Amino acid sequence: MRSKIVIAALTAAGLALGAAACSSGNGFGSSASGTASGAASATPNKSALTLMFGSSGPAETAAVQAAAKAFTKQSGIGVQVIAASNLTQQVAQGFSGGTPPNVFYLDPLTFQSYAKDGALDAYPSSLPNAGGFASALAQAFTYKSTFTCEPKDASTLALYINTADWQAAGLGAPPANWSQLQADAKKLTTGGRAGLTIDQTHSGIDEFLYQNGGTVTNAAGTKVELDSAQNVAALTYLKGMLSQGIMKFPSQLGAGFSGQAFGENKAAMDVIGNWENGELQTDYPNVKFKVYPLPAGPSGTHATLSFTNCWGVPKQQSNLAGAVDFVKFLTTEQQEMTFAKAFGVIPSLKSAQADYIKTYPQYATFVNELSYAHPDIAIAGATQALSAFDSSLEQLGSSSPATILKTAQQNLQAVVDQDS
Amino acid sequence: MTALTRRDALGHPPAGGLRARPPFFSARRRETAAGWLMSAPVIVLLLVFLVAPIAMAAWVSVSDWTGIGSPFASGVHAVGGRNYEALLTQPGLPQQQLAQSLCNNLYYVIIVVPVQTALALGLALIVSRKRLTGRGFFRTAYYFPSITSSVAVSILFLYIFGTTGVVNAIVGDLGGTGPNWFADPNGVLHMILSGLGVTTAPGALANHGFLGLSWWNWLAGPSVAMIALIVLAIWTTSGTFMLIFLPAIYAIPSDLTEAALMDGANAWQRFRRVTLPMLRPALFLVLTLGLIGTWQVFDQIYLISQGNPAGTTLTPAFLSYLTSFGNQQWGQGAAIAFILFAIIVVLTIVQRLIISERRAGRAS
Repeated sequence: MRSKIVIAALTAAGLALGAAACSSGNGFGSSASGTASGAASATPNKSALTLMFGSSGPAETAAVQAAAKAFTKQSGIGVQVIAASNLTQQVAQGFSGGTPPNVFYLDPLTFQSYAKDGALDAYPSSLPNAGGFASALAQAFTYKSTFTCEPKDASTLALYINTADWQAAGLGAPPANWSQLQADAKKLTTGGRAGLTIDQTHSGIDEFLYQNGGTVTNAAGTKVELDSAQNVAALTYLKGMLSQGIMKFPSQLGAGFSGQAFGENKAAMDVIGNWENGELQTDYPNVKFKVYPLPAGPSGTHATLSFTNCWGVPKQQSNLAGAVDFVKFLTTEQQEMTFAKAFGVIPSLKSAQADYIKTYPQYATFVNELSYAHPDIAIAGATQALSAFDSSLEQLGSSSPATILKTAQQNLQAVVDQDS
Repeated sequence: MTALTRRDALGHPPAGGLRARPPFFSARRRETAAGWLMSAPVIVLLLVFLVAPIAMAAWVSVSDWTGIGSPFASGVHAVGGRNYEALLTQPGLPQQQLAQSLCNNLYYVIIVVPVQTALALGLALIVSRKRLTGRGFFRTAYYFPSITSSVAVSILFLYIFGTTGVVNAIVGDLGGTGPNWFADPNGVLHMILSGLGVTTAPGALANHGFLGLSWWNWLAGPSVAMIALIVLAIWTTSGTFMLIFLPAIYAIPSDLTEAALMDGANAWQRFRRVTLPMLRPALFLVLTLGLIGTWQVFDQIYLISQGNPAGTTLTPAFLSYLTSFGNQQWGQGAAIAFILFAIIVVLTIVQRLIISERRAGRAS
């Protein structure tokens, strides 16, 4: 009897810890054999690098592989390119096993955690192009006033308008402010189609807070300032459009995200980033659309959100000098334009952006908006607080904006307090 | 174990010791040594893949490991029960999310375990009938969902329960409007209550709570999104458990059923008084496996809902993953896994006690 209970308990333990065991999947290996070879060493470290990235599709994978090959040809350092199916998880496994990839795509939120733990090499200071990035992008990867990781590309939110719907409604100039946006959305709303759609997450909504003169945190990132009167007013404005039925969230339109609803013409306008271009090209090639800057808030404030990933370089790794050289190679003007042409990203270097606008004048809006863009919120350890915020934003139509912001304020401030 | 230590304690070569012993003893000793040798591979495997990971996870749950390098490196410190306190005693988001995930999972278990057990038993009784034509076909058909990849099944269910999916099309044909399944966070008990005119919580329920979640929220019931996941779980696992019941049904001696028949027992009485008691061991196995499996639901959540909408499909296993990999709070993630472990162990023991008590009561 007793032994059976023990066996049952052990079995239960084994199963219960399945998830925990997976988290140690790569093994709790011994700590990294950090051979940080610098310029000082007599023979340069030629050991091969690994680059881990999350791919948007075959085009991106091919472009990254081609870049790696070109770097190998130039430097004699081999590069193994790994397209991760779950990047954050696989990179975390590498770190826990003491063998992180030498270079990897890193998002701003995870960046905060790794920077806080001192896991990243602050290499930009050793590269000549460190000052050449758009400021909103560099800001996203600055930890405690040290620019730690170079952004690889740029994205901003803009207003997508379905030109066929627009003409059918007899509308003229694109909306320049909130009241025009609301009026246009109303005119574009028909039985089965919403005038406007936005994603029901903080990454799809926060730009309205900035447009209304609000903010998310103070400049130093030490204080969350979500529950301001401006922010309540901004959410109230959105809630008004939701209850009028002229703006709908993608889930209300049976779509996974707003870009899908726009592509299927379940909405005539969409606030979304430039990744939508590729989506429309491949999945909805017949949709005719134009891209405009986001309308200004009541006081004339222009604002949008910027998104980017950076080239993460772990401090403890097998070939630090080689990894930094590789990033230097990847962040040249020429290479950034190659990526832009291959899979549609916008370069992160200001000089490359000038080239980009010449080649793709129809997407100049995204680049121009960078001047007043705010990086999407990123606080170390805030993943769950942010997803709780997203969950409550989803219910905006039926709940009080002040309560949503107050709860998010408390949750995020608790994370900030815990960090410091 | 004792045999080995005794030998070590003697402190002289085993060969000499063996020669000095009576033959009976030496043969037995040799057997013991051989026994240990034979079971060594399994013991080593258990130590490496079961005991060591559990011990490591236990250490991580009381440490401040950041997920970088080894958790046994010098920079990692013990923080005592801090990770557990944040989850169990300190009001805040971690506690609230744990409570929410336990609440969600509790409803999931309460519905899935009895329904899938009953359904599996029912299916097993049907296909075990000797006179059923095409028995093989039905057995395969019922078992099919269990051997289908859970990724494929999950994606299939995303379509079935989509806003314009099959389920809503049927509801529409019947004159109703189906909910937006995977985006509807409303609890079904709350919906029933609001149907009865109760829309706001009574003060006693709204103002008091447990683990940072008010009783009113504990009583929300599974969300509409969770219901879809519950249907999915029942659909996929019933076939597996049917397979456990089947041989147990075949093993019931037919003379028992015949004797009951002679005594004039009707079909229900035969099932209740003969079949069911004979199936008790199988029933225990199915309930235990069901209980453990449902408390650990992870893959469907990971694939379908990621805890959304509004955190109503968050489960402790997924929360543990989210805390570890999403937030890089490995200590807290491991602590959640251990809390879940404790819940499962306690429930399994309780369930065992209930079943064996009943058996003892019947015997006397």
